[in-house]
Amino acid sequence: MPAVQETVDRVRQIDVDQYKYGFVTDVESEKAPIGLSEDTVRYISAKKNEPEWMLEWRLGAYRRWLTMREPDWARVNYPKIDYQNAYYYSAPKQKPELASLDEVDPQILETYKKLGIPLREQEMLAGVVRRDQDGNVLPERRVAVDAVFDSVSVATTFKEELKRAGVIFMPMSEAIQEHPELVKKYLGTVVPTSDNFFATLNSAVFSDGSFVYVPPGVRCPMELSTYFRINEANTGQFERTLIIADKGAYVSYLEGCTAPMRDENQLHAAVVELVTHDDAEIKYSTVQNWYPGDADGKGGIFNFVTKRGDCRGKNSKISWTQVETGSAITWKYPSCILRGDGSRGEFYSIAISNGMQQVDSGTKMIHLGKNTTSRIISKGISAGKSNNTYRGLVTAHRKATNARNFTNCDSLLIGDQCGAHTVPYIEAKNSSSVFEHEASTSKISEDMLFYCRQRGMSAEEATALVVNGFVKDVLQQLPMEFAVEAQKLISISLEGSVG
Amino acid sequence: MSLLEIKNLHVEVEDKKILNGLTLTIEKGQVAAIMGPNGSGKSTLSYVLAGKDAYNITEGDILLDGESILELAPDERAAKGIFLAFQYPVEVPGVATMTFLRTALNAQRKLRGEAEYSTPDFLKLVRETSAKLGVSQEHLRRAVNVGFSGGEKKRNEILQMAILQPRLAILDETDSGLDIDALKTVSEGVNRLRSPERSMIVITHYQRLLNYIVPDVVHVMSKGRVVKTGGKELALELEAKGYAQYSDEAA
Repeated sequence: MPAVQETVDRVRQIDVDQYKYGFVTDVESEKAPIGLSEDTVRYISAKKNEPEWMLEWRLGAYRRWLTMREPDWARVNYPKIDYQNAYYYSAPKQKPELASLDEVDPQILETYKKLGIPLREQEMLAGVVRRDQDGNVLPERRVAVDAVFDSVSVATTFKEELKRAGVIFMPMSEAIQEHPELVKKYLGTVVPTSDNFFATLNSAVFSDGSFVYVPPGVRCPMELSTYFRINEANTGQFERTLIIADKGAYVSYLEGCTAPMRDENQLHAAVVELVTHDDAEIKYSTVQNWYPGDADGKGGIFNFVTKRGDCRGKNSKISWTQVETGSAITWKYPSCILRGDGSRGEFYSIAISNGMQQVDSGTKMIHLGKNTTSRIISKGISAGKSNNTYRGLVTAHRKATNARNFTNCDSLLIGDQCGAHTVPYIEAKNSSSVFEHEASTSKISEDMLFYCRQRGMSAEEATALVVNGFVKDVLQQLPMEFAVEAQKLISISLEGSVG
Repeated sequence: MSLLEIKNLHVEVEDKKILNGLTLTIEKGQVAAIMGPNGSGKSTLSYVLAGKDAYNITEGDILLDGESILELAPDERAAKGIFLAFQYPVEVPGVATMTFLRTALNAQRKLRGEAEYSTPDFLKLVRETSAKLGVSQEHLRRAVNVGFSGGEKKRNEILQMAILQPRLAILDETDSGLDIDALKTVSEGVNRLRSPERSMIVITHYQRLLNYIVPDVVHVMSKGRVVKTGGKELALELEAKGYAQYSDEAA
């Protein structure tokens, strides 16, 4: 497997504790005054030139937030966050309207290039041939990218072609201007402004994010993708993503996240809302690689994210796939509300923790409609001194007859100073529901490592191979090219975990 | 120079002495059988040669091409051409046999400073080799040893050996758990790999395997050392008389 070896080579090149994406881009930026108040909310709204209803919506959320308490039930420990000592808005200084990629600050484009995100048009033009792990040439994939730098979207590609297909893919701030009726109709209907502490904060101060609308019967002609980058110091990132697949529509969406290495913690509190109407499908994939902090647990992103999908229509489907390797703290439960009869929710997760990272992640599958089905495959890998918790809820309401769920949670431990925890909540309020739950915890065995090493692999190569095997079921759910990226990322995250 | 020289080797596991002054020489191209009763230290010898942890070498040395390998890690020994066909091959879930072979081969080549195989060259090598051994393409796609029958596991070991082309192959009870047909197939695979450039240590309890893989020399082990060395007829003699006499000699 070339990916494994490439990874190991790359891992060797960097010192322990070096986060590959830890550089800072030097661009001038414009920030809101430090701290959070109604004025901050008004400042952001004014910057975005928002209509009155949007400002009121934000202010409502802000006032609500003032009455809320930070949740403390997750298995994570972190110092108290000082919400008044952070910037809630930061934008690279440049012309507000961009006609094409050429007008984007070259420094920013360079950043995305360094991240290996060539806003892929360039790569396509260069005629790059992609191969899978057995060396077969992959069919040309086209991916439309929205790049979000700190608080604003800097570039969106393939806009015209998408428009011809009727697909709307644009920064949220533009959607508020151009499609207020759609935003009004859907924003906050899956994750209400009152939902939870972090989601409510996001509702008040969100700056940008992606908006996608796929009209009835349309299969989105390409993958859509957003890359989030936190650059500024002391800046929180609060993006808001809303994706709607109308009747019979289909869209596959991927988000990637990175941040510079900084000694202080940075807050990331995003909200993602998905809506599927009858027979529609959304596939949402995340490769999360925020800066995890150093070996002593200094710095790193606090990732408190609310992601929820609403299968509103009959026979609709929402599928979450996540590869979580970064962040000092991960608090994230992408969920599905299975409202439409016959709808289906899926959650595939790889969560890797190393060093001092703390992960508390999982999903909620809420069965409301008849004959709804859900599937959860979670693979947790703990190394170093990290703690990795799977927390999941599966519930079938009284009317959700014949609801079915299958859950499989596997944990793999590397070394003897890390922890893996599984906290499943299962609730069936009718007698025809069938829930299955499987869980396992294992260690990479000495015998397995010795077997691989006897064949010539180093300890790192052997671990990478075994781990890639462990997460294979989930990797297969990712779009192919991202699966290869994810595979590399996994090995890098486990760097230094083999004693 | 002999390929392998084991000199007065003493090995302990958790303070229990397993090898007790073992001395053994393997010539280039030689196929040596090592026979002996249970607990005589045969499998320990194979693990110690391959460099497994947890074996404490208290005295003696192992020389490959005249140089000690005691300080080398298992992967470095593998790159120098030592291959161990495991008595109990390990399952590696989720890793396709094809991927495993390629990772192993390229890892060894890299350690030796050789160029890695390109994808087409590697595929060609695997296809040809597996065809000769009667291993199907479907088998190559399956995860390493997961759900394999005893015969398939052993055949998979021989396939790896054929791909990695070691200079010293150690077959640890390759006959255990095989029916007669599987035994024949596996033996044919091994015989095809016999060459003046390759030495083999064939560890077995029974003479049966040696009908198929005919050794140049037979060593009898008892209580952690070699107690008798002879030609292939020694195996037949053991079959007839059992190991009892050697146990007594060693005692």
